Amino acid sequence: MRRRQESAPVVSAEGFAVIATNVRRRFNDREVLRDVNLTIEGDEFVALLGRSGTGKSTLLRILGGLDTEYEGDVLVPERRAVVFQEARLIPWQRVLANVLLGLRPGEDGAGALKAKGLDALGEVELAEHARDWPLTLSGGEAQRVALARALVREPQLMLLDEPFGALDALTRIKMHALLQRLCERHRPAVLLVTHDVDEALLLADRAVVLVDGAISLDVRIDLERPRDRGDAAFVELRHRLLRELGVEERPPRSTVAPSEASEADFETTRLATTSPGRRRSDDPTPPPTI
Amino acid sequence: MSVTDLLTQRPRRESDDRDARTSDVIALTTPVPRGRRRRRWHVPRLLRRTVGPLIVLGVWQLACSLGVFTSFEVASPVAVFDAARQLWAEGVLQPNLLISLQRVAEGLGLGTAIGLTFAVISGLFWVGEDLLDPVIQAARAVPILGLVPLAIIWFGVGEVPKVFLIALGSTFAVYINTFAGIRGVDSKLVEAGQTFGLSRWGLVRRVILPGALPNFLVGLRLALVGCWLIVIVAEEINAQSGIGYLIMQAQTTGRTDIMMMGLAIYALLGILADAFVRLLERRLLTWRRGYAGA
Ligand SMILES: Nc1ncnc2c1ncn2[C@@H]1O[C@H](COP(=O)(O)OP(=O)(O)OP(=O)(O)O)[C@@H](O)[C@H]1O
Ligand SMILES: [Mg+2]
Repeated sequence: MRRRQESAPVVSAEGFAVIATNVRRRFNDREVLRDVNLTIEGDEFVALLGRSGTGKSTLLRILGGLDTEYEGDVLVPERRAVVFQEARLIPWQRVLANVLLGLRPGEDGAGALKAKGLDALGEVELAEHARDWPLTLSGGEAQRVALARALVREPQLMLLDEPFGALDALTRIKMHALLQRLCERHRPAVLLVTHDVDEALLLADRAVVLVDGAISLDVRIDLERPRDRGDAAFVELRHRLLRELGVEERPPRSTVAPSEASEADFETTRLATTSPGRRRSDDPTPPPTI
Repeated sequence: MSVTDLLTQRPRRESDDRDARTSDVIALTTPVPRGRRRRRWHVPRLLRRTVGPLIVLGVWQLACSLGVFTSFEVASPVAVFDAARQLWAEGVLQPNLLISLQRVAEGLGLGTAIGLTFAVISGLFWVGEDLLDPVIQAARAVPILGLVPLAIIWFGVGEVPKVFLIALGSTFAVYINTFAGIRGVDSKLVEAGQTFGLSRWGLVRRVILPGALPNFLVGLRLALVGCWLIVIVAEEINAQSGIGYLIMQAQTTGRTDIMMMGLAIYALLGILADAFVRLLERRLLTWRRGYAGA
């Protein structure tokens, strides 16, 4: 995979879906994003982790063009799609109309557009609900419709803000598999905001951790798919991420991690912009919860 | 499967073998939401809604037959019905009913259109709200019936002042409710519409106005009530036709039955209008799965 070599702003952004440099965002003098630098390649699946209130949604909204009150430079593709934590379907539009929301028929006519919408619904296995009202759907079904609504736009960048947070564990497992299948087929760049370290490790090519308004850890997840939560490298990575999130203070026990599972294996890029005041992993304070 | 089967087929547990159960006896009932009983027989809604008025009619008729009131004070339902039949046969009722209906339709149509337009302007644009809303709020505080003399000076004694007053009587309810509805549309839905590329107009048409529709319909129902109120007054003052005019005439001839017939017609039309809006709600708001009442 290509890596960004130079540290100067990239002008020719070939192959990248997101280039965000020195992004700052404050709400009434409270600095939520201090200095965010993030690139995502055109087919990369990046998980954005961070504790509650660290500004993950804020960053995602900036990338999605929903928040323009930021400082810094942000480059994103024209074709973007967002899936929010709640499905946000329009209750008075039927499911198919929700999927096609805001799309205009091309030269091949309204029939073709409708067929495309039905295809997208088929991909999330909801084709037979096309004519239903959104309020009659279950939570997981509504979230799948939201996913179809994003997919039908053939986005170059998919922004997912904790899309499975409200779902039960069983549905979430199915949704993970579905999302993985869809991403393999359509290959968009994905930024998935999540609280769930395992979710990040199961799905993403790369995990970034947002701490104190900047990205404090950027780690590649080079695990074979399908991934196994019990896998030693998986466990090792989970511990690292949890430590970075300030949940776990001690390093993982050596009985779990093989000796070769060291930092070098994960192609770690620790960015230089973390503040000196940031809590270090050897800080003796008790583990907080996220 | 019977309860006994169910109990004997369940996997055994240790305590089944013991002579005495450790737990106390628990009283069991069929589960039903609190404050709501399971309905055992189904009565059509229309029938349920007619029972109340029928009881009122019965009591009224009984009171008259028993001589609680003289026929000059209160006419019995039968007398009122007879009066209506007689006026219909003479061809007096139809044109007057028609003209009243026409006034309401025109006034209500005009009032609704104005209220809706202003609500959309105020609801969508901050400038619109700043300019329009204070004016409308002030105008709303003016008692409409106080405007009757002015309306006659401005518009004379024809149809115009009546329609004007009816329009005024219905417009505020539509305005206030629709405005609240527009402002109450979930901003998350608006945001979703924006991210998925709805144009400004698309957003208004697909998200904001449909979102305000339930409130608009509430406003319309209130407007219907309000405008019948105005019709009576408008027709009792300075009119040569209409149900209100019939009532005024009946007063001079001491025909209580005709006066009460006029009122009964207003009541009937009110019920019909309300039923119409309910139907509209049912047709337009099929997407809702709200609480339907116990
Ligand atoms: N419109 C706003 N006005 C004021 N403060 C805001 C606004 N939006 C977000 N914030 C603040 O910015 C901080 C970050 O919010 P954000 O929603 O990005 O957090 P998050 O990382 O997504 O958290 P969570 O994981 O709980 O969703 C919060 O403290 C929040 O109060
Ligand atoms: Mg969030």
